[in-house]
Amino acid sequence: MSPLPSSAARPSSPASDHSPEFPLSVHDLTVAYHRKPVLWDLDLDIPKGSLAGIVGPNGAGKSTLLKACLNLIPKTSGEVLIYGKPYEDQRDLVAYVPQRESVDWDFPVSALDVVAMGTYRKLGWFKRVGKKQKEQARAALEQVGIGHLADRQISQLSGGQQQRVFLARALVQDAEIYFMDEPFAAVDAATEQAIIELLQELNSRGKTVLCVHHDLATVSRYFDWLVLLNMRIVASGPTKDTFTRENLQKAYGGKLNLLEDAAHALQNVGR
Amino acid sequence: MSVADLHLIASSEFFDTLIETLFLESYNTRLVVLGTAFLGATAGIIGSFLLLRKQSLLGDALSHATLPGIGIAFAVMVALGGSGRNLPGLLLGATITGLLGVLLVLAIRRTTRLKDDAAMGIVLSVFFGLGVAILKMVQEIPGASAAGLDSFIYGKPASMIMSDLIIIGVTLLLTIVICLIILKELTLLCFDDSFASTQGYPTAFLDIILMGLVTAVTVVGLQSVGLILIIALLITPPTAARFWTNDLRKMLWLSAFIGGLSGWLGASFSAFFEDLPAGAIIVITAGIIFLISMIFGPTRGVLPRYLRQRQLKRKVGRQHILRSVYEIMEAEQESHPLKNLPISLERLRDHRVWSKGELPRLIRQARSEDHLERQPSGELRLSESGFGEASRITRNHRLWELYLIKHADIAPSHVDRDADMVEHILGAEMVHQLEAELELQEHTLESPHVIENESIPSPKGAT
Repeated sequence: MSPLPSSAARPSSPASDHSPEFPLSVHDLTVAYHRKPVLWDLDLDIPKGSLAGIVGPNGAGKSTLLKACLNLIPKTSGEVLIYGKPYEDQRDLVAYVPQRESVDWDFPVSALDVVAMGTYRKLGWFKRVGKKQKEQARAALEQVGIGHLADRQISQLSGGQQQRVFLARALVQDAEIYFMDEPFAAVDAATEQAIIELLQELNSRGKTVLCVHHDLATVSRYFDWLVLLNMRIVASGPTKDTFTRENLQKAYGGKLNLLEDAAHALQNVGR
Repeated sequence: MSVADLHLIASSEFFDTLIETLFLESYNTRLVVLGTAFLGATAGIIGSFLLLRKQSLLGDALSHATLPGIGIAFAVMVALGGSGRNLPGLLLGATITGLLGVLLVLAIRRTTRLKDDAAMGIVLSVFFGLGVAILKMVQEIPGASAAGLDSFIYGKPASMIMSDLIIIGVTLLLTIVICLIILKELTLLCFDDSFASTQGYPTAFLDIILMGLVTAVTVVGLQSVGLILIIALLITPPTAARFWTNDLRKMLWLSAFIGGLSGWLGASFSAFFEDLPAGAIIVITAGIIFLISMIFGPTRGVLPRYLRQRQLKRKVGRQHILRSVYEIMEAEQESHPLKNLPISLERLRDHRVWSKGELPRLIRQARSEDHLERQPSGELRLSESGFGEASRITRNHRLWELYLIKHADIAPSHVDRDADMVEHILGAEMVHQLEAELELQEHTLESPHVIENESIPSPKGAT
């Protein structure tokens, strides 16, 4: 991985500068909901093989950024390139893990059925899920450590197990880039550990992982690349350079101060 | 219901006719009953997807929005010199305004911040109001007989003729074929549409297919169950089916079956109560099947769940009382192996916190299960089987406690309560796993937290 300057520090560059080497390049991206802008003029390059975290306060547009990259919501302006080409041409390279709450877990399907959904695209229209797809799904469930729950109806799984099912669905896609929306939200400690080990394993095989994350305490342990976001890119670069007090202050504004003060106050109470 | 109907019920003739109708012995009822059953099955299948897509009420908006179309189509056909009673023409009008209603809901949803329910409520009621007004107006067109148009509101299966049956049959076949061909795609759309869209599936197109089928079944069903109640045939069978299974495929077939059965039985019954609107009877039949499913459905029904909970409660209670007796015996005896000696009721009462009335109930339960005997002296003594059970339960409890202390970092002072919750569901396999995990060789071990004279008993009980 060659060292790159932080995008925010760089002046806005023409699209041709975004090398097809990058798994993800975002150029001048603006997204607005009901006329209210959520993302402003984003410029971002994620180098190949990064395990990247996107952090920022609530409402900073973290999930929106992922969704805009995946064409799930319309872009007001700007472009997103996956290895130099628009997303529509590169779907096979991208796996997406949505937030767990985005679906109804009472749906009448088994864990295996959900994971098998990751094989649908390669399988094509009209064809039914066969032995091969089921084997792939089973293997992915084994990989996330819940192979024994394959035939469980998904409502009978715990939150952590449901998250693992979603992860397994992304694994069977065998993609190059993994977009993950808060995979660590509301899961137990064991699941969190299992997920990060899995992401690191993907990363060691040269895959690029992009994770919306909310826990600042684990940022430097989990990610080697960090995007600090608050409607704009505050900083993007190797974690050791970007995860600074100054950048956090910029991203979180007064809120972080307040949180720190509160934490401080709590510590003093304990004494 | 008229007096004549009541008479009919009382006579044995009634049952003959009922059987005749149910088993399709006369041509006319055969047609009506089959047609309604097919309609129910179709609605059951497509309604399942509508339910899973969380769009059931969109179906309601659609059916109500068909009414103005019926009135307008009638007026247009009269103006063109026809009688206005041409059924395909009327249904075409119904389809057009029905779809218009759905589009309007979607447009409101997209362009404003109104929530779905408000958008649907507005479209549904305004279109229906418009329809009622138009119907009244066309009835006053001189020279045209609009009588019978309002049968589209409540439905009139008796008016069904052979060509209607064929149309319904074709709709059913088409629905089954389409749903089977794109079952995988529809499932994905209903479960996780944004994932479907990232996989390159045209979700809008799939939604259009789904709404197209809903429109088809609604329009085809207008004649027999009417536009107000058709929604019941779309919602009730799949919700009823859901109580019986967790498998989407089974749910689809079951929902088709329930819908078909509702149509069959409902149309048969309504052949007798001719003054009652048939659509209502069909829907009531479906409602009764729903009620039965809700209560007795094995996977999600209320009664099976209640029974499972009661069973668990009994099991937990049994384990609490047996373990308590065992622990008391341990505390009272110095020597091993433990002898099965009687203990006093007072001692048992003081051993742990029982809720009000719990202890007498548990003693009664344990006695009825032959685990506990009352001595002539009034003391309690474990039976032979009760003693074995008690030592097994106590051992499992302590195994779990030990596991929690060693592997879950739970403080020894808290471990008793946590073990209390889990031990009840420990299966033989988990016990083996625990033993392996804790590298437990010998069968006797000390309790991990302080209870005087307590140890893990051997699994077979000490004899």
